[in-house]
Amino acid sequence: MAQEAAASGPRPIVSYLKIPDGGDPYLEGQCCKPCGAIFLGERQTCARCGADQQLEPKKLSNRGELYVYSIVHRSFPGIEVPYISAIVDLEGGGTVKGNLINIDPDPDQVRMGMPVEVIYQIAPRKDAEGNEYLTYYFQPQTKG
Amino acid sequence: MSDVYVMGIDMIKFGRYPESNVPKLGADAARLALKDAGLTIQDMEALYSGNLMQASAMVGQRILQEIGQTGIPVTNSANACATGATAFREGWTAIKAGLYDLVLIIGVEQLGRAGLLGGGGGGGGISKEGLLGSGTMPAVFAEAGMEHSRKYGTTFEQFAKVSVKNHQHSVKNPKSMYQKETPLEMVMNSEMIAYPNTKLMCSVNVDGAAAAVLASEKKAKELGMGRAVKVAASVLTSDPYTERDLVMPDINTCTRSAAKQAYEMAGIGPDDIDLVELHDCFATAEILHYENLGLCADGEAGKLIDQGETAHGGRIPVNVSGGLLSKGHPLGATGVANIYEVSMHLRGEAGARQVEGAKTGLTHVIGLGSACGIHILEKVG
Ligand SMILES: [Zn+2]
Repeated sequence: MAQEAAASGPRPIVSYLKIPDGGDPYLEGQCCKPCGAIFLGERQTCARCGADQQLEPKKLSNRGELYVYSIVHRSFPGIEVPYISAIVDLEGGGTVKGNLINIDPDPDQVRMGMPVEVIYQIAPRKDAEGNEYLTYYFQPQTKG
Repeated sequence: MSDVYVMGIDMIKFGRYPESNVPKLGADAARLALKDAGLTIQDMEALYSGNLMQASAMVGQRILQEIGQTGIPVTNSANACATGATAFREGWTAIKAGLYDLVLIIGVEQLGRAGLLGGGGGGGGISKEGLLGSGTMPAVFAEAGMEHSRKYGTTFEQFAKVSVKNHQHSVKNPKSMYQKETPLEMVMNSEMIAYPNTKLMCSVNVDGAAAAVLASEKKAKELGMGRAVKVAASVLTSDPYTERDLVMPDINTCTRSAAKQAYEMAGIGPDDIDLVELHDCFATAEILHYENLGLCADGEAGKLIDQGETAHGGRIPVNVSGGLLSKGHPLGATGVANIYEVSMHLRGEAGARQVEGAKTGLTHVIGLGSACGIHILEKVG
């Protein structure tokens, strides 16, 4: 993954997915110094306390727990269904939305509160210019 | 400050009007409301028009081109699904401020067969849909419902019962898009859109329009208060910061805050409410709002639907019009149409679906993103 992330590598699907040179990709939050609120994506001002210019980048954990989900059976044309739309609370702060994969999209299998981890893969679609993108998914935590 | 009264109010039957257009639909509702008030466009001192999909297209002015270009000030509002309630509140605010004695409110939308998934897309790069979860409305409201399941064990069946109830209510509403009962098995077995919301648990996209004439107390007395309905509270909130808000739109906090303010403004509590028209854009949402509006204690919404307390004839009937799930959800018209519904009951003019003895009612809408509009209406005399 690190090699793919070189200058000619995939682009991040969202600005808060960071692809460091020669390192593993990760999700980055913007943490408000005065109040500790964590946001995704660059911003000037904290939406919680209003502190201005006091946000600093924070590397978010790749582990967390499934907060809530929906199993999507109808989506826009060209989007493969079904899939699990998941909202995950990361260890140490930050809430992120993404697909939960490597588990049956079945309410009897998916359990709110289950431990999940963030994994990074090349997205199965390209943009109009043919550029590749790196995306993230959640999957049930593997042992260890 | 003057109290504000609804002197006339009406709506067109929600449905599909491909031969019409937005200004014409709005004009149809305006004529009905003016007639209901026994007034004319020449009596109106200002127009507050709500429409979402043509927000940049001067809908209010185009409606006046249909019903009378009297040169009055026109304010066009757009506030997602709270658009109609926002326009209504703009008119209320102006009368409160003492600017006018008579204003016209119109909410109108033409959705045709717009997909039930809502917006989506946008932003650069590749589409995030189906990679970073779902931004479709059925899924977003499903996730909001699952938060209730997580906390209180609310079941798919309980969510589905909301849709059964509201479809059943709509049978007696001639202005509803649908007037068909949908038994529980039918709701639960209809196409799964975003678990736990099936197709019959998603509101119906329709064309619609509703309009109201508001008056100051002085003008209302002059015109006669016989059929007047008092606006006892008008509240609009946006969503304050909450922990997951920017990933998972929070429709609860802004509703709770609006409800608290509205009850205070009206000087009453939830126990004083005789009927509620709330924002059942998805069946999951109605369950959340039982608690958000204080109709029951936190965690008891599932029990409320199980015991039929929100059905017509129950302790606190909710969405006796059929709600957005069956009557239909023409975004910009919805917030005025639910005020129409409650007003009809307070006047004793709701026909076969009349909630007997209704004296006080509450209307609620949510625009995702978020805006919450609540109005409390009271029978006069
Ligand atoms: Zn802060």
